[in-house]
Amino acid sequence: MYNLLESLRSAFQSIRAHALRSFLTTLGIIIAVMSVITVVSLIQGFSQSVTSIFSKMGANGLLITSEETTEDYLAGKVVKITPDDLQAIQHQITGISKITPVLILAGNGSGAVQYGDQTAYSSIYGTTSSHASNSSFYPVMGRYLTPSDDFSHRRVAVIGQTLLKDLDLPKDPIGQYIGMFGQWFKIIGVLKKLGTIAGQDQDDRIYMPYGTAHSLLGASKVPDIQIDLEVNDLKDIDSVAGRITELLRRQHNLKPGQDNDFQVQTSAQVTGTINKIFNMITLVLGGIVSISLLVGGIGIMNIMLVSVTERTREIGICKSLGARRSDILLQFLIEAVTLSLIGGIIGLLLGYGIGMLVAHLVPQFLGAHVPWWAVVLSFGFACGIGVVFGIAPAAKAASLNPIDALRYE
Amino acid sequence: MSRESLLELQHVSKRYVMGEATLDALKDVNLTIYRNEYVAFIGPSGSGKTTLMNIVGCLDKPSSGSYILNDTPVADLDDNALARIRNREIGFIFQNFNLLGRADALRNVMQPLIYRGIPLSERKHMATETLQNVGLGDRLHHLPNQLSGGQRQRVAIARALVGKPSILLADEPTGNLDSSTGRDVMAMFDNLHKNGHTIIIVTHDQNIANHCRRVVRLMDGQVLSDTDNVAKVGNQEAMRRV
Ligand SMILES: Nc1ncnc2c1ncn2[C@@H]1O[C@H](COP(=O)(O)OP(=O)(O)OP(=O)(O)O)[C@@H](O)[C@H]1O
Ligand SMILES: [Mg+2]
Repeated sequence: MYNLLESLRSAFQSIRAHALRSFLTTLGIIIAVMSVITVVSLIQGFSQSVTSIFSKMGANGLLITSEETTEDYLAGKVVKITPDDLQAIQHQITGISKITPVLILAGNGSGAVQYGDQTAYSSIYGTTSSHASNSSFYPVMGRYLTPSDDFSHRRVAVIGQTLLKDLDLPKDPIGQYIGMFGQWFKIIGVLKKLGTIAGQDQDDRIYMPYGTAHSLLGASKVPDIQIDLEVNDLKDIDSVAGRITELLRRQHNLKPGQDNDFQVQTSAQVTGTINKIFNMITLVLGGIVSISLLVGGIGIMNIMLVSVTERTREIGICKSLGARRSDILLQFLIEAVTLSLIGGIIGLLLGYGIGMLVAHLVPQFLGAHVPWWAVVLSFGFACGIGVVFGIAPAAKAASLNPIDALRYE
Repeated sequence: MSRESLLELQHVSKRYVMGEATLDALKDVNLTIYRNEYVAFIGPSGSGKTTLMNIVGCLDKPSSGSYILNDTPVADLDDNALARIRNREIGFIFQNFNLLGRADALRNVMQPLIYRGIPLSERKHMATETLQNVGLGDRLHHLPNQLSGGQRQRVAIARALVGKPSILLADEPTGNLDSSTGRDVMAMFDNLHKNGHTIIIVTHDQNIANHCRRVVRLMDGQVLSDTDNVAKVGNQEAMRRV
C-alpha cells in the first residue's frame, strides 16, 4: 500500500517533470479516441434515427416494388408492378387487412407545382386513404385523402410543409388551388413535419387520390406502382409474402428458374437492409478513422521510445540508489496508465461532445449513440499502446545492471 | 581496530568486449577490506579505479572471480537483495555525479530514502539537513543544470550520505571542489568513519590519499601496492596538510 502511494507520487512527479512528453502522449491518445468516437457515434446515431422512422411502417407490413434484373435491363424490358397486379392481389390473396397502392407521378422532387406566380418542384404521388393509419401521414391541418376522393377521382391534394414555404402559400392553405400536370388541385390537408433524413427533405411531397393520379396518366399508359400492405396476423406474413410472390410470377409470366422482376419485402427486411447498409458505412468509415487510431498509436510509441535513453539512465540512477525492479515497474505502469486514462477519457468526452453537438445542430437526429465496442476498441487500443510502449522499455531497463543502464546510449 | 572482514575480492577480473577488441579493465584483483577501514584507491587515469568501485558497490558484476560482501557471495544474491544492499548498506558517489536531471537538489537527495519506506515529511527533513551540511541549504530547489560543478558534486555527496550507509564509496568526491570545501567534505567522511562506517575513496589527490589509513595503488587493472598509512611516520603531518 505504502509502495503504491510512493509509486503514484513518483509517477505524478515524473509526468509533471516531463510535461511536454506527457502532453504529447495524451494528445495522441485524445485524438485517436476522439475521432473514432465522433465518427462511430454519428453514424450509429444516424442509423438509429433512420431505422426508427422506418420501423413506424409497422411490423406486419409488406412492401411490393418492381425490381429490374440485369437480364431485363439488358433486354431493354421495363418491369412494372401494374394496377392489374394490384387487383389480382386484392382478389386472390387472403389475410390482408389493408392494401395501399402508391403511384409515383414524379419522384425525387421532379414534379412542377404552381401557385399564383410561384413554381416549385416536389415529389408527387397518387395513393389511397389507407395510408392514413401510418403516423407520418397525419394531417396537421385539414384532412387526409378519403375513399370517396379516390372513387370520384377528385382533384384534391395533401401537401408536405416544405411546399407552404416554397409556394408562398397563405398560413391556412386549405381550399387554395395548386397547378400540377396542367390541372388544378384543391389543397385539402397539410401533413405533419418529418424533417430531413440522409439530406433528403421528407416534407417536400404531395399526395393526390390514386384514382386521380391514374386518370392523369391516361388510359394508354400503364403505371409502375408500389404496393404497401398489411397482413391481419403477423404469423402469416411469410406465407402471405410467398403467395404474393407466386401470384406475381404467374401475372408476369415468369418461367421456373427465371428471376423475380419484383420484390416483396417485409418491414423487418427493409429495416434489416437499412441496418446492413449502415453497419457497412460504420465499418468503412470506422476503418478509415482507425487509421487515425494507428497514427495516434505510432505517435505514442514514438514518444515513448525516444525517451528511452533518458529514462534508461534515470532507471539506472534509481537502481543504483536501491530501487527494486518492482518499484520501477510500478512507477512506470502507473505513469503510463494515468496518461492513457486521462487521454482516453478526454478523447471519449470530446468525441461524445462533438457527436452530441452535431446531433443537436441536425434536426430529426435522435442523438449520438456510442456503441460499447467503439469505446472498448479505441480506448483499449490507445491505452494498450500507451501502456505497452510506456513500460516495455522500463521493464527492459529495470532488469539491467545499474551500471549498464547508466551507460545506455 | 577490529579485523572483521567486510568485503573480499577474490581473483576478480573485468573484461570489456567491444566487438572484436577486448579490454581487461581489472586483472586478477585480490583485496580484502575490513569493517571501519578508511581506504584510498589511487592510480593513473584508466587504471580501473571506477571499474573496481562499481563492482564493490554492487552496481556491476565481475567477469570472473568472486566478490564476497558480509560473508555472502554477491553472485548468489537476487535482484531484490542487491537493491536492498545498494539502498541500506552502500552510499555511492559517482565520478560523474549521476543526478536525476529533472529533479531538484532536494528530490535528488530524498530519492534513496523512498526505497527505504521513509515517510515524505521525514525524508524532506533528513534531505534538507544533509544538504545544509554540505553547504547547499540555499539551493534546495535548484535543478542540477542550475548548479555549478562543485555544487552538483555536493548534491551527489549529500545523496550518498543522507541514509548514513555503513559503506561509503566515493569516486573522486573532491575533484570539483576548492580546498576549503574539500576539507569540509573530508571532515564529514572522518566523522562517519569515527562512527564506525567504512569509507573507500578514489582519488588523484596525494594529500587525500595520505589522509586515509590505507592506500591501494592500481595500475593497468592490477593492484600495484597496498600500504597501511597508520604505521607510516609523518601521517599526522599529512593529515594536517589536507
Ligand atoms: N564500458 C566500457 N567499455 C569498454 N571499456 C571500458 C568501459 N568502461 C571502462 N572501460 C575501460 O576500462 C579502463 C578502466 O576504466 P576506469 O573507468 O575504471 O578508469 P579509472 O581508473 O576510473 O580512470 P579515471 O581516473 O580517468 O576515472 C579504461 O581503459 C577504460 O577505457
Ligand atoms: Mg574513474
